[in-house]
Amino acid sequence: MSIIDSSTTFWGYRRENGRVGVRNHVIILPLDDLSNAAAEAVAHAVKGTMAIPHPYGRLQFGADLELHFRTLIGAGSNPNVAAVVVIGIEDSWTKTVVDGIAATGKPVVGFGIEGHGDHETIMRASQAAKKMVQHATTLHRVECPISDLWISTKCGESDTTSGCGANPTVGNAFDKLYGLGTTLVFGETSELTGGEHLVAARCRTDQVRADFMKMFDGYQEMIKRHATTDLSDSQPTKGNIAGGLTTIEEKALGNIQKIGKKCMVDGVLDKAETPDKPGLWFMDSSSAAAEMVTLCAASGFAVHFFPTGQGNVIGNAIVPVIKICANPRTVRLMSEHIDVDCSGLLQKEQTMDAAGDLLLEMMLQTINGRFTSAEALGHREFVMTRLFESA
Amino acid sequence: MIHCVLHEEKDSVAVVVVEGITAGQDMNALILDDDRTITIQANAAIPIGHKVAVRDMEVGDTVMKYGTDIGKVVARIATGDHAHVHNIKTKRW
Repeated sequence: MSIIDSSTTFWGYRRENGRVGVRNHVIILPLDDLSNAAAEAVAHAVKGTMAIPHPYGRLQFGADLELHFRTLIGAGSNPNVAAVVVIGIEDSWTKTVVDGIAATGKPVVGFGIEGHGDHETIMRASQAAKKMVQHATTLHRVECPISDLWISTKCGESDTTSGCGANPTVGNAFDKLYGLGTTLVFGETSELTGGEHLVAARCRTDQVRADFMKMFDGYQEMIKRHATTDLSDSQPTKGNIAGGLTTIEEKALGNIQKIGKKCMVDGVLDKAETPDKPGLWFMDSSSAAAEMVTLCAASGFAVHFFPTGQGNVIGNAIVPVIKICANPRTVRLMSEHIDVDCSGLLQKEQTMDAAGDLLLEMMLQTINGRFTSAEALGHREFVMTRLFESA
Repeated sequence: MIHCVLHEEKDSVAVVVVEGITAGQDMNALILDDDRTITIQANAAIPIGHKVAVRDMEVGDTVMKYGTDIGKVVARIATGDHAHVHNIKTKRW
């Protein structure tokens, strides 16, 4: 008996394309680094909007450029977003992003700075943003079945309590969500190293298994091509090591606890690719926290489970990030960052089922509107993944 | 009170789950899968979250945690020793 079952509902924003969001953001989205200043000026001038500045978008090409567009279009298309104003240095690539988001049916418009200048762009974009926020603030949450919910997970600043406590708590919650028609995703390709055979065994079909191993092997090859050491300062991180994690294999086995015991891996996704059916998906993705959560947001996920050991503090601009921790020292010293305390697991004061239900209860409160700690603390990280240098 | 936990009986290391372990302290080690406890004496002050060896290991031995290979021993380890980056390394990179 869990606190959720097939009759569970939540109150969400049903968007034009039928997808359900749990937030109602109006975002001012820069295409490129030149447009950050104008975007921030618009967000300042029109209350209730949010700029999402980032450092890239110039001279990218090939797969790196495709990922750039997929990330921006995906972020604007995320059901947590009600409306978008795009600003770019020139009109053509700006239009690419606008058209991509427009496919969802939501209000979106774009402005190019060249030929106009910052002042005129800020004026025109602010006029559009004001209309959008006044439209967005008329929208209401409606009752939706739990099967409409998309949940992502990634762990960060893990330590050994992650593998014993916080990650299996997510796994317990994922096991309960999996059978209810929800859409789930996990990733962090390099951090499966040492446990990839366990993930491969959970793949539903031979094709999924082959696709997964191809992604995993590709990431290993990239690491070997660039590595100058055994990566023992970067992966595991200094924070992981301070917390007691010794090798990537140990980290991986803790990491994999997040997919529980019952979930099968139903398909694989490229970075920021959107799934086309419910189930558990593996996304080829960075293990750097804000990068991976940003990829999940671009893929369309509405809420994120983030187990931590040493205390990762990030949130995300458009997706509420729920922090779960089983380390009693972190829960004590960094309490303002932690949403779900499952440190009782290590002293057998809590069962794994109770911890999983605690997380699901926090999930329900969060998707119904409660601010996560990261939201309350103003953590709005939006970090683009790059594949290689600019041309 | 549980001082450290290991996942399976064949694991070679346990994770310290309380603060303040001192050298010479007797620890209750819970084997999670069997739900039974064994006793180990810590040879050093081991911080919360760090590992303690539950058996003797020689250079080149495989370290077992979660019932699985998590790396290799690079310096001799005695039962009760602090087991971490100074005596264990990855096999993968």
